[in-house]
Amino acid sequence: MKAAARPRDDARTTRLLWLDPVRAELADGTIGDLRTRLREGDLLVVNDAATLPASLQGATAAGMPIEARLAASEGDGCWRAALFGAGDWRRRTEDRPPPPAVGAGEVLRFAVAGGRGRAAGGGARARQPAEDPAGAPLRATVTGVDAASPRLVSLCFEARGGALWRALYRAGRPVQYAHTDRPLALWQVQTPYAARPWAAEAPSAGFALTWELLLDLRRRGIAVARVTHAAGLSSTGDRELDARLPLAEGYEVPQDTVRAVERARERSGRVVAVGTTVARALEGDAACHGGRLVAEAGTTDLRLGPALRRGVVDGILTGVHDPGTSHFALLESFAPRKLLERAHAFAEQQGYQGHEFGDALLILGEGGGLRQI
Amino acid sequence: MDVHGRGVVITGASRGLGAALAQVLARQGARLALVARGEQALDEVAGAIRAAGGEAHAIAADVGAKDDVYPIAGAAASLVGDVEVVVHNASDLGPVPLALLADTACEDLERTLAVNLVGPFRLTKAFVGPMLLRQRGLVVHVSSDAATAAYPRWGAYGASKAALDHLARIWAAELDGTGVRFLGVDPGEMDTAMHAAAMPDADRASLADPGQVARQLARMIADDAIANGARLEAAAWEAAP
Repeated sequence: MKAAARPRDDARTTRLLWLDPVRAELADGTIGDLRTRLREGDLLVVNDAATLPASLQGATAAGMPIEARLAASEGDGCWRAALFGAGDWRRRTEDRPPPPAVGAGEVLRFAVAGGRGRAAGGGARARQPAEDPAGAPLRATVTGVDAASPRLVSLCFEARGGALWRALYRAGRPVQYAHTDRPLALWQVQTPYAARPWAAEAPSAGFALTWELLLDLRRRGIAVARVTHAAGLSSTGDRELDARLPLAEGYEVPQDTVRAVERARERSGRVVAVGTTVARALEGDAACHGGRLVAEAGTTDLRLGPALRRGVVDGILTGVHDPGTSHFALLESFAPRKLLERAHAFAEQQGYQGHEFGDALLILGEGGGLRQI
Repeated sequence: MDVHGRGVVITGASRGLGAALAQVLARQGARLALVARGEQALDEVAGAIRAAGGEAHAIAADVGAKDDVYPIAGAAASLVGDVEVVVHNASDLGPVPLALLADTACEDLERTLAVNLVGPFRLTKAFVGPMLLRQRGLVVHVSSDAATAAYPRWGAYGASKAALDHLARIWAAELDGTGVRFLGVDPGEMDTAMHAAAMPDADRASLADPGQVARQLARMIADDAIANGARLEAAAWEAAP
C-alpha cells in the first residue's frame, strides 16, 4: 500500500474503511461517517498522550555520532532508549549502522538547537556545536545496557524538572521513518487532544479526528473518554530487538473512563478504541484485575494479537497497515486474518494510503463485536 | 473554578500582574506552570512561591514563537498534570516609546500580534483539547481598555487586544456547553513596568496595585457563575451575591 509521506492538511479528508467482522462486510467512506457508524450509547476512547521530541542526535564520550530514541520513561529524568549509529530518519532503520558500543556510566551529549530564529515549520534546525555555551548540550548518563540487546539502554539526564523539559524540547525532534519525505515539526505529530508528553511515537489513529467531529459525536449521545498510554517505538531496525517490541508501556486509566465504560455497557453501547495503544491500555489494565477495568496507573506488557481474548474493547479505529507488519498482527485481536487481508486488498485497490498519516480503518461489529464472538 | 490542587498556566508570569496572580493562586493551592521569556526573573518568582510552600514551575519560553507552543504545553502537563486554567497574560506593548501608527514599523505590529493574539490562540489550541476531553476548563484572556477605546499611539497594542477580545468571544460561542469556559478581563491601569514603559510620566499614585488586581482576577477565576464569553473590568466587577 502507498505510504502517506506527510501529514494531511485537512483531517476531514481522511478515508474510512469500515470492516464489520461479524457480517464480514466492507464499506468505503470518509472519517465523518463515524457519525453514523457509531450510535447513541457507544463510547470512543482516545489516547491523550502528547508526542515527545524523542529523537536526540548526539555523541558518545569518544565523540562518535549516535542517535538515541526515547522509548519509555523510567521516571525521575530517566528513559529506556534505543540507540542508532550515524545518520537520521532519512535512512531506513534496518539500513542504519549499529550504534557505537556504550557502557554503563558513559556520558552521552546531545546537541541543543540554537535559540530564537530556529527554522519554523519543521525545517532543519541549525544546531550549536556541543561546546558552545549558548547552547550547552543536554547530557545523559548511561545507567544500564540491556543484556540481550546492547542498543537498548537506560539513560538518565542531568537536568530535572522544567530545565530538563526545556532542554529536551530544544534538543529533540519527533521520531519519524524513511517513508516520510520531510522533517516533521513537533506540532505535526500531536493529536487534537494531546496532554502529557508520554508517547515516543504519536498515537496516530487520532490524526483523523477533529473537534468538530468529536463534539458532534457527543451531541449524538456517543461518549468520548481518554486513557494515557506511553506508546513506544515501533521499529529499531534490529531484528532481535524488534521482535521484543512493544516493550512494557506505561498507561493511566482515569476514573471517569471506567465510569464511561460501565455506562456504555449498561446502555448496550460498544467501546471503540482509537488506536492500538488504547486497546493495549484498556485490555492490559483489565487483564491485571481479572477482566475488570480499574482506574489506575500501571505498565502493561500485554500483546494484542489473535490469541488475545478481549474483555473491554469491542472495536477499533486505526490506520491501514500492510499484512506482515507488526501492526497488522495486532489487529488480529479484532478480526480474523483472512478478513483483514481482504480489507487490505480492498483498501489498496481503492487507493487508500498507509502509515501514520494515512487513511483509517474501523473494525466494529454492528451488534457489538465482543458479545457475538 | 476552585484552583486548589489544579494545574494552572500563567503566561507573562515573571513580573507585574502575572507574577502577582501566581502568588495569589499559589496561596490557594494551585499547581502553577509559569511562562515568560526572562528565565532569571521567572526562576525568582517560582522560587519565591516554592519557598513559601507553594508549587510553581518555571517554563522559559516565548509565547510569540510557534515552535515554543507544544514545548510549553508538554512541559506544563508533565509538571502539573491536567491543566485546568490558562491565563493569557503575556503582552507586547508594540513600539516603545509608543508611536503613531503612521510611524509604527510593520515588524513591530507583527510582533505585537504574535505575542498578544496568535500566541494565545496557539496556546489555547494546545490546551483546549484535553480540557474538552475532561469537559472542564477555563481560559482567561487579559485585555485592556485600549481594546475598546481608540487611544492615539496605542495602535499595535490596541488592535491586538481588540482582536484578542473577539477571539475569546468566538472561542466561547463555539465551545459553549462543553464545560470549557472563556473570559476576557480588562485589568485597568496598573503600576507595572509595562505601564511605565508606555507612560513614563504617569502619576503612579493613580495606578492600581497589581497585587490587588490579581486578587480580583483570582475571584473571577473562582466564580463559575460568570457567563461564558464575558468580558469583565477588574475595577468595576463584583461577584454576584
